[in-house]
Amino acid sequence: MTQNQPSELAILLEGVSVSRGERVVLEDLRLAVPRGRITAVMGPSGSGKTTVLRLITGQLQPDAGQVLVGGEDVGEMSASRLNRMRRNIGVLLQNGALFTDLTCFDNVALPLREHTALPETLIRRLVLAKLQAVGLRGASDFYPRELSGGMVRRVALARALALDPAIMLYDEPFAGLDPISLGASLRLIRDLNRILGITSVVTTHDVAEVPKFADYCYIIADRRVVASGTPAELRDADERVVRQFMDGLPDGPVPFHFPARPLAEDLLA
Amino acid sequence: MRGPMTDRGIFRPVRDVGRAGVFLVRAFGRMRFGRTQWLEIMRQVYFVGARSLVIIVTCGFFVGLVLTLQTYDTLSRFGATDAVGTVLALSLFRELGPVLTAILFAGRAGTSVTAEIGLMRATEQLDALDLMAIDPMERIVQPRLLAGVVAVPALTLIFNLLAILGGVVYAIFLMKVSPGTFWGNMQVNVDLGRDFLGGVFKSAVFGFIVSWLSVFFGWYARPTGEGVALATTQTVIASAISVLLVDFVLSAFLL
Repeated sequence: MTQNQPSELAILLEGVSVSRGERVVLEDLRLAVPRGRITAVMGPSGSGKTTVLRLITGQLQPDAGQVLVGGEDVGEMSASRLNRMRRNIGVLLQNGALFTDLTCFDNVALPLREHTALPETLIRRLVLAKLQAVGLRGASDFYPRELSGGMVRRVALARALALDPAIMLYDEPFAGLDPISLGASLRLIRDLNRILGITSVVTTHDVAEVPKFADYCYIIADRRVVASGTPAELRDADERVVRQFMDGLPDGPVPFHFPARPLAEDLLA
Repeated sequence: MRGPMTDRGIFRPVRDVGRAGVFLVRAFGRMRFGRTQWLEIMRQVYFVGARSLVIIVTCGFFVGLVLTLQTYDTLSRFGATDAVGTVLALSLFRELGPVLTAILFAGRAGTSVTAEIGLMRATEQLDALDLMAIDPMERIVQPRLLAGVVAVPALTLIFNLLAILGGVVYAIFLMKVSPGTFWGNMQVNVDLGRDFLGGVFKSAVFGFIVSWLSVFFGWYARPTGEGVALATTQTVIASAISVLLVDFVLSAFLL
């Protein structure tokens, strides 16, 4: 299986199904992430975008199918192998998830102190360089509670990059950002990819921003990939579900209404 | 893990005890006591210990005062007020010191540990640790659990000290019991090993139980505001019940 996959794939989800209790979240999903590119995973809220990321990091095991990272099945990895893989993956969680009892500096230093034997002077330089890259070197002594939401996420990005990962996963990096922070985040993601060649997976529902950074897009809805292609291809696609998502139409193949009895029945009961 | 059957009625507490046991095994599944781990344990001892000092000191003093007041009154009916120092010391060292300190500790430090871990879960900090290949059981749970075992005996000693001080204020300064009788009787009748160190041992066990329950309820708190609030309540209730229950068992068999 692994041999006949093109080696340019950093991540491959093949025939993956996930369910939570009765509810099926993903069904027979196939998603490939080429190495050194930015792949966007789009879809309405609750469509399983974050689930895809949790599958890649091995926080969640699929009920069926396999998740390959660097050609290796995440489900088959031993605990120590999984930890080694995670050191190679940077994850930016939705709200940053900085440790509230540590300063920004110590937050970024934590993975370095934990996983390397570098002397403190070198760690200091590395941390300041990472914070400089996200423009927050001046805030290194601040606690997360003293920063705005956008700044917290930038520090979290510096922390995710601390160990120079080969793969970066961004969970909704643009949600709730003001236009300036959004532009800055976009540029950071693009630059990291271009300069360091980091393979990136970005989940978002911000349709307008996707063409500005993504090389390839997947749209997940109704438990599966409903469309995929370059941003230009998706923009010109005719399929109804793609149109609904790209044009932001309230109703269509993805229903506006939660499943219910007919309205008349409910009102006249 | 959650069958519909085990979620209801009498099965629920049974299930929770089982889960807490499994949790404990998981928490100590991987023990590496490197330098960072020791520093973190000491940091936690400071946090939970120092946070509890005010309540321990004030409560200890007043418990000593009122205990001496009641004992003195009772003993005076038998004309045995000379024994007030002995009764005070024995009841404090053997029972009241360890038990009250543990329950006060649960209310002050236990709840804050539960809330802290619950919030770390809710704000994805535990996930973030996992994703950085840092085991949250090792880095978050273990130090807080061990800190209780160190902090509660230390707090118990402070509680006892202040309570004796309260007793001195009432018996010697107010009721004019002779200091010689007060201290002398206490010294003769209190056994260092059985009474005093026995109590210290009990308080270490209580410290372990309270911090175990605190991290357990925090870990499994629903990641919402209500979930964390509920978990802190559960910590206090479960701690108080378990401490008193274990206290009876320990006192019956050990002392």
